[in-house]
Amino acid sequence: MQFGILVNEGPYTHQASDSAYLFARTAIEKGHSVPRVFFYHDGVNNSTRLATPPQDDRNVSARWSKLAADHGVDLVVCVAAAQRRGINDDVLAPGFRISGLGQLVEMGIQYDRLVTFGD
Amino acid sequence: MSDMDMEDDGAGVVKKFMFLNRKAPHGTVYALEGLEVVLITAAFDQDVSMVFTDDGVYQLLKGIDSKGIEVKDFSKTYRALEGYDIEKLYVDQASMDARGLTEDDLIVDVTVLYVSEMANLMDEQDVVISF
Repeated sequence: MQFGILVNEGPYTHQASDSAYLFARTAIEKGHSVPRVFFYHDGVNNSTRLATPPQDDRNVSARWSKLAADHGVDLVVCVAAAQRRGINDDVLAPGFRISGLGQLVEMGIQYDRLVTFGD
Repeated sequence: MSDMDMEDDGAGVVKKFMFLNRKAPHGTVYALEGLEVVLITAAFDQDVSMVFTDDGVYQLLKGIDSKGIEVKDFSKTYRALEGYDIEKLYVDQASMDARGLTEDDLIVDVTVLYVSEMANLMDEQDVVISF
């Protein structure tokens, strides 16, 4: 099954991004595919490479980057939400790209399921 | 960069999208940014329904004035939805009752549904996105 994933909350404050990551990784391990993850609202804050969490904590953005590198997951950050929050191409972690809300709508149209993580 | 990347969008496929609006119009950004997704989805010629439930019913309240909190008042956008062919607007009866609201308090025409009817409507959808 093809899953599209929508992440609506930022890292660390909220568990949404962690849950989305674990869901995506597990779905792929179970033989499903996750062609794209879309980051919206404060979820765009997951895409910055400037975060430096303590060594004994998980690195949320790096973990997403690795998932993209290992499995070709397309990590899309909403441009309008990103611009509001100071996220641009200069700060993007590897594997992320900035694009429009149409990419979110496409997930709903094309994939079997669209799963939302957030409040 | 455009907000609407239309390429490779599964042209011709029309799915039933329901947007579940659960939050008050101000206090958090969800209502405002959620509305952006609704408009883009309509631009993709999808079958769009909007549901207002819990504090989400306040999004449609008449007489919203956000000047005092110095944020944009986007409530007029709901009246423009018809122009985007978004005409399926539903509100939850219990949420209205709990807040002492009636249809007369709202800026647009809506269909008021009981929770069981709402559940049936939700069951018919292909995609449900909750803000």
